[in-house]
Amino acid sequence: MHEKTLTQLAAALKSGEFSSRELTAHFLQRIDKADGKLNSFISVTAEQALRQAEVADNARAAGKTGPLAGIPLALKDIFCTQGLKTSCGSKMLDNFIAPYNATVVEKLNAAGTISLGKTNMDEFAMGSSNESSYYGPVKNPWDLTAVPGGSSGGSAAAVAAGLVPAAMGTDTGGSIRQPAAFCGITGLKPTYGRVSRFGIIAYASSLDQAGPLARSAEDCAHLLGVIAGHDGRDSTSVARGVPDYVEGLNAPLSGLKIGLPKEYFGDGLDPEVEKAVREAVKVYESLGATVREVSLPHTHYAIPAYYVIAPAEASSNLSRYDGVRFGHRCDNPSDLIDLYKRSREEGFGEEVKRRILIGTHTLSEGFFDAYYTKAQQVRRLIRQDFLDAFEDVDVLMGPASPTPAFDLGAKKDPVSMYLQDIYTIAVNLAGIPGISVPAGFVGGRPVGLQILGTHFAEAQLLNVAHQFQQATDWHLQRPAFAEEYA
Amino acid sequence: MQWETVIGLEVHVQLATRSKIFSGASTAFGAEPNTQACAVDLGLPGVLPVLNEQAVAMAVQFGLAVHADIAEVSVFDRKNYFYPDLPKGYQTSQMYHPIVGPGEVEITLEDGSTKHIRIHHAHLEEDAGKSLHEDFHGMTGIDLNRAGTPLLEIVSEPDMRSAKEAAAYLKAIHSIVTYLGISDGNMAEGSMRCDVNVSVRPKGQEAFGTRAEIKNVNSFRFVERAIAFEVERQIELIEDGGSVVQETRLFDPDRDETRSMRTKEEANDYRYFPCPDLLPVVLDQAYLDHLRSQLPELPADKRERFQNELGLSAYDANVISASRDMAEFFEAVHSECGDAKQAANWVQGELSGALNRESLSIANSPISARQLGELISRVLDDTINGKAAKEVFQALWNGQGESADEVIEAKGLKQVTDTGAIEAMIDQVIADSPAQVAQYRDSEPEKRGKMIGYFVGQVMKASRGTANPQQVNGLLKEKLDALL
Repeated sequence: MHEKTLTQLAAALKSGEFSSRELTAHFLQRIDKADGKLNSFISVTAEQALRQAEVADNARAAGKTGPLAGIPLALKDIFCTQGLKTSCGSKMLDNFIAPYNATVVEKLNAAGTISLGKTNMDEFAMGSSNESSYYGPVKNPWDLTAVPGGSSGGSAAAVAAGLVPAAMGTDTGGSIRQPAAFCGITGLKPTYGRVSRFGIIAYASSLDQAGPLARSAEDCAHLLGVIAGHDGRDSTSVARGVPDYVEGLNAPLSGLKIGLPKEYFGDGLDPEVEKAVREAVKVYESLGATVREVSLPHTHYAIPAYYVIAPAEASSNLSRYDGVRFGHRCDNPSDLIDLYKRSREEGFGEEVKRRILIGTHTLSEGFFDAYYTKAQQVRRLIRQDFLDAFEDVDVLMGPASPTPAFDLGAKKDPVSMYLQDIYTIAVNLAGIPGISVPAGFVGGRPVGLQILGTHFAEAQLLNVAHQFQQATDWHLQRPAFAEEYA
Repeated sequence: MQWETVIGLEVHVQLATRSKIFSGASTAFGAEPNTQACAVDLGLPGVLPVLNEQAVAMAVQFGLAVHADIAEVSVFDRKNYFYPDLPKGYQTSQMYHPIVGPGEVEITLEDGSTKHIRIHHAHLEEDAGKSLHEDFHGMTGIDLNRAGTPLLEIVSEPDMRSAKEAAAYLKAIHSIVTYLGISDGNMAEGSMRCDVNVSVRPKGQEAFGTRAEIKNVNSFRFVERAIAFEVERQIELIEDGGSVVQETRLFDPDRDETRSMRTKEEANDYRYFPCPDLLPVVLDQAYLDHLRSQLPELPADKRERFQNELGLSAYDANVISASRDMAEFFEAVHSECGDAKQAANWVQGELSGALNRESLSIANSPISARQLGELISRVLDDTINGKAAKEVFQALWNGQGESADEVIEAKGLKQVTDTGAIEAMIDQVIADSPAQVAQYRDSEPEKRGKMIGYFVGQVMKASRGTANPQQVNGLLKEKLDALL
């Protein structure tokens, strides 16, 4: 069962090949057996999952089900789930039980999907390796000495290992696309505003966006159709119709104009990764696409601009974790300042503290214009780069990450970690959608091809990704781990 | 040395929206602690603010009422600081692009003269919760019911030159927001709160002195007292060779003094930046035109009309127009009786006195404008005299009768204007008072005027107050003088 894609599972449930309860139990068993090695889940909600599966089976028997009813999924532990722990990978929220569901969770529940549990992640989604989690690092199922990427590393690893057919993640600077690339799966970051942020614990509000991690573009298309749409509870969600993302998957690509940003093929890119990406582009040429080089001249400003804007927003967003109303509170505070200082000192990890400090500094009087205002100007230029490029080409392609998954513990200094996101981060600053699809291996570790489109071009991205997956079988490769341990 | 006081006010007006500025929780006052705070107000992880459109409309109405520029695009910013009653660790406010730009308010001083005070800007923001320091055995209680209540902060230019002007300005703002119905203006419940910026400078000097900001000045009376104290403190300080430091001070109404809270050096760095969870507020001309067309007649316009068209004195016009409820009550009384001066006298005199005695607002007056207007009409058409009118008023106030006519009828207060009947009573009184008549006759002519009061009193008594006093007076004089 775990080898099937979401689409195949839906067909099997429909034909009665197996029940949702059987399917759910199967995945729960796999998690039970394998996750001790992977550490991809923070909490597994087996009882609730089996209950939901029973409801789905009953609904199916009564003829009242949508296409995804009964399919087990997992949620990054950043999505608030009513009555269940939502930790955001932090000791600060180890005791937090949300009294509401995120809109994404509500929509998935309404579609009849089953939640197996909450997946591991970098603390407050701050990280590119999943090593900053309070619950310990996640291992990459392709190589247990490698990181799965981050911050949605638990979701990516669990899908790659066949512990769940698909999972939800969030992407602030590459947190869906980079772990998808590292784990050899497909991950989509939608346009900013396409999916409601309500109930998603905020890291950097102007950049955060939720999306699916799955085994294929087609699976992502099914899931995006469920979670996308305007939400009255999120002012930044866009009131715009949700197209049928599955319908257009098979449109031919003849005449598709692909741009290769020259800045994405420069220094720092692993030559083997470059080779894999260029091979993938050749596949597109064989499908009738034309390819040209384009330029995104402000690319090298993206990381500095991001590391001003995201920490600035984070420093403010994380102020609510003060030990007063919920979350970690230090023992026996002597006074208010002691309560604040020790609760935050004890509750937050190192990377989170680093970003809070950076953000607090850049917003300070006397520094605000030099950092924040300047970074916002750069952000507009970066966005304009993309809009200019999309005047000439339909989609942009390049590597999702400069290297394949690196070893656990390899990136000791924060800046080398930040540089991991060089190809993904500008996309969040511009608000455009991006998808990462498996495109080969380097040293036994997967390589991701990143495809970018203009605002709200998700249907086109999914079509382009799907056609690649019709022509190649990279996305069908499974790590040996999936059979050895589970 | 002659000193000049310079004052600017920041007035926080709680907007009378049904729900909070960024959440659906109720804004009703006085509920049990923390029963009106939802997940958004509590700042729980993952929740997002959604702007209350009613709050925007109210801010715009205020802007239009003070002839201000309304921003086509205004932006919410986060003001970051830690405090237990500030759940998110930031207050959502408008620092850089407020919704209401420069405008002006006309104030009327006690001598009836007017002055224009410029508004620097007004911006929307959310209120914080309350810290409760009593009854928690060394701990602090937090009540977040108020957290997220919409506030309009109205910032004046430093245009006021005395405590009286500051109080008049605060009253003008109070009157505008209550006219517009955008706030209940209840200062005791904190619906209007005021921070006062005060400085002094030698008369004739152009540069401003160093200012102190006084917080917690929450009544019209306190504004005057706090300023008076602070001005004296600053002048004394300078005259003793010291200098004023820029600081925030707290007004203590019990001790009638201001105390230093924090100096400029200790001030927070609020790290303002645009709130990424809220879109800029974009307003188009059609929206502004629509709201403008809905504006009621405002106090300054009413005052002018009362003075110019109805002939009220500047003082009467000012007092009556200050409250929309009173102005509308007055207008209803006037339209019933047709005499503006009488209507004004009754509303400000008998009615206001009675309302004050029983601590009632004019909106809850037991006597209606129609009843009062009718009562005045009966005085004007001589059906009753002034004394009887007060009795009728009291009866209507107590609910003894539906209308003035009913009371007059029931109590037999109808004025006797029949000359024959009055003459008969006068004759009787003269016959019964030989000593007084003799005294009258023997007095100097210029003293007789005073003595006639006794006879008038007797006749009125005999008529049980119903005789027309002017008539009694005239006839008595004739009859007494005939005896000379």
